[in-house]
Amino acid sequence: MEPNYLEYKGKYKGIFAWIFSTDHKRIGLLYLYAVGAFFCVGALLGLLMKLELIAPDKTIMEAQVYNSVFTLHGITMIFLVVIPGLPAVFGNFLLPIMIGAKDVAFPKLNLLSWWVYVFGALLALSSQFMGSGPPDTGWTFYAPYSFQTQSNVLPAVMGAFVLGFSSILTGLNFIVTMHRMRAPGMGWFRMPLFPWTLYATAWIQLLATPIVGITLLMIVAERTLGIGFFDPAKGGDPILYQHLFWIYSHPAVYIMILPAMGAISEILPTFSKKPIFGYKALVFSSLAIALVGYFVWGHHMFTAGMSGTALYAFSFLTFLVAIPSAIKVFNWVSTLYKASIDMQTPFYWATSFIFVFMIGGFSGLVLGALATNVHVHDTAFVVAHFHFIVFGGVGYAFFGAIHYWFPKIWGRMYDVKWANFGWLTFFIGYLALYGPMFYLGLVGMPRRYFDYLPEYHGPNILSSLGAIVMIGGLAIIITNLIISSRRGETAKANPWGGSTLEWTVPSPPPLENFEEIPVVDKNPYEYK
Amino acid sequence: MFLNVSNFVEGVDKAFVFIFAICVFLLVGITAVMLYFIYRYNKKRNPKATQIHGSTSLELIWTIVPLIIVLVMFAYGWTGWKPMKEKAPDDAMQITAIGRMWSFGFEYPNGKYTDSLYVPQGKPVELDLVSEDVVHSFYIPAFRLKQDMVPGSDKDRMWFIANSPGSYDIFCAEYCGLRHSYMYSSVVVMPPDEFEQWYADTAAVQPETAGETEMSADAVAGLNILKKNGCNACHSMDGTRLVGPSYKGLMGKTETVMENGEEKQVEIDRDYIVRAIYHPDEQIVKGYQAGQMQSYEGKISEKEIDQIIEYFKTLQ
Ligand code: HEC
Ligand SMILES: [Cu+2]
Ligand SMILES: [Cu+2]
Repeated sequence: MEPNYLEYKGKYKGIFAWIFSTDHKRIGLLYLYAVGAFFCVGALLGLLMKLELIAPDKTIMEAQVYNSVFTLHGITMIFLVVIPGLPAVFGNFLLPIMIGAKDVAFPKLNLLSWWVYVFGALLALSSQFMGSGPPDTGWTFYAPYSFQTQSNVLPAVMGAFVLGFSSILTGLNFIVTMHRMRAPGMGWFRMPLFPWTLYATAWIQLLATPIVGITLLMIVAERTLGIGFFDPAKGGDPILYQHLFWIYSHPAVYIMILPAMGAISEILPTFSKKPIFGYKALVFSSLAIALVGYFVWGHHMFTAGMSGTALYAFSFLTFLVAIPSAIKVFNWVSTLYKASIDMQTPFYWATSFIFVFMIGGFSGLVLGALATNVHVHDTAFVVAHFHFIVFGGVGYAFFGAIHYWFPKIWGRMYDVKWANFGWLTFFIGYLALYGPMFYLGLVGMPRRYFDYLPEYHGPNILSSLGAIVMIGGLAIIITNLIISSRRGETAKANPWGGSTLEWTVPSPPPLENFEEIPVVDKNPYEYK
Repeated sequence: MFLNVSNFVEGVDKAFVFIFAICVFLLVGITAVMLYFIYRYNKKRNPKATQIHGSTSLELIWTIVPLIIVLVMFAYGWTGWKPMKEKAPDDAMQITAIGRMWSFGFEYPNGKYTDSLYVPQGKPVELDLVSEDVVHSFYIPAFRLKQDMVPGSDKDRMWFIANSPGSYDIFCAEYCGLRHSYMYSSVVVMPPDEFEQWYADTAAVQPETAGETEMSADAVAGLNILKKNGCNACHSMDGTRLVGPSYKGLMGKTETVMENGEEKQVEIDRDYIVRAIYHPDEQIVKGYQAGQMQSYEGKISEKEIDQIIEYFKTLQ
């Protein structure tokens, strides 16, 4: 039999066999290791912020340090972890297998994307160690502060610019792969839902990322040449910057969340032993989110001084984009109806995903309505909201996905007891960390605060303690995964009884995935 | 039901209550159904799953019903917010609210200037929000009001009628650099007659300076200029190091500064102070950062600088 992709020996040896590999599975793992490392850095930075906030006044660091820490936390988590997260890691690993192909359409371009990613990441991180001190602008780089501050903003901005190319190239690669390389018999509506969400995501990557690219270049021009696009002193407009920034960065939220929704749509049917409820509704809701998501960026700017008409138009569209997400939730829950549920770790993650994602979504409605937005905008409420979506959504889906596909990727099983215990600890810590922030925002505590008035102390203590518990949970989960990937029991080809194509190949898959390209003659989720 | 601290609280809080009620109901309901399914259809209790693919009528229901719900939420949000955007009543008192790194200041039509905002109870007040440097956001949680202060924009306004006497927090909600979390103040709502009395007394320009009577008139004027321009957000009077050096003991001492990358010693005299205020980045006090302090050329006259120096002299 052909050696599996982990053991395969090509023309390079040692680490080069990985970093010069064009195999989509190895590239997927390269992304996983990079994203995983950056995630740990970002999470520790988050913990430092929470420790600082456990009491008013200075606790463990100076204000300048705190401001750099939240900036780096944001840049790392958004640009290095969550945007590439599911598409680059699981998309690379699984997309070709799930649609019955031997690799992506452009394997070399795929490797290049990874290199561009690493280069961009190093560039962004170099801002920490070079020049006049780490950037302190927040990940949003709002003008005019971003070109007035003396801190080292340029490398961070250039890093984000370079990372954009990696994202665009991956998106392009996936679109072509899905159009050209689906196995015979796999019509569009026989394609599993995870690839579908990657498809919707890829279009956003392709169409929206160039806008942020240009915007970031404009900051560079502003800082180095002093052109004045956004500088009121030179007739520029700071609000223009905010528009350009959010035109990308709002759709970027959907780059993050769509593949997460796709992963959940894979996990639920497998452990329910029945087809996903409303397959087509889930497909079209993904496309609807991708489309409507382009037109709601203004809700980040409700207090910035836009015209009243713009405000209610953006508010209205924001409410519309909630509908496809609601449809997804209803279909997921209905999938459990009359199921035969096998309670495994990925299933815990998937159902807790639905719970936290609902909280994130409902708090989004509070933010979408004009009257309530004005009050909680730029407060801790917003921080809680987007952590419920981006960390609650994407993070839970990511951990669900990694447990779900773990046997496929490493050919071994994880330790179930530790995995479940890690999930529970994480879940409790998570709710204690972000729950109180909703309350803090409602009673008026602004975000990006190094210090706060004594009246906000109580909930902050709970939140900080939650952070400690949650990081403990993370440590358990990650340690368990690492140890199990080396020493876990050997896994069968299809340990969960899944029905999509990746479960038809051995675990771990051989280099070219399929000895013979399969012919697909049924819908993706069919059980007997 | 609502404590109408400002005239907008009721509209906003109604929207909050409506949205929260529906969200909590749905969250609890959907979660309960999900948990019940997980319990009821566990493979021990239900070894064989029923193969259901979906239901068009259900899809229609859970598209249309949520659509109606969110449209009502949108309407609540809109009605609660609309009066904020409407033009302030014509008789509104006009106050300029200034935001700069990292303090607020308020200028009244009769020339009074304060660090906290003083307003009469029950009378409309309109604020003209200006920023002198970067984007700040003027936020009064108790009034449910927030509006960004965008540099270069003269459109940023906010109006309200404050209903209950008392003192309420004002925060800067938009991240604006190092001391963003210290950029706060308060709005003091006074009964109308008390306010009139306070307002008419233009002699005590700054309620905060009352009591410092041993100083000469020029020194008091100097202190007021410092307050009015928000210098004290970065400089202390008592020797504490903030973003910039303290004024304490400044006059007459020798300062180590960096000029064009070279270190040098300078005697602090009037010329030095003028230069420090008009061209702060030419000579940087050693151990401090350039680019923090803006130039006040055109905002503070040389005569006013003399008054500031008079005040500095009192801080030995
Ligand atoms: C945003 C913060 C900030 C504000 C506001 C600010 N300064 Fe400064 N100031 C600094 C910093 C930082 C320095 C030290 C670096 C330098 O010399 O430019 C400084 C230096 C000075 C010095 C020289 C002090 C010395 O020890 O040699 C004087 C005098 C001064 N400022 C006066 C003022 C006055 C008057 C105002 C208000 C009109 C003001 N500053 C507002 C940050 C600020
Ligand atoms: Cu501010
Ligand atoms: Cu601020």
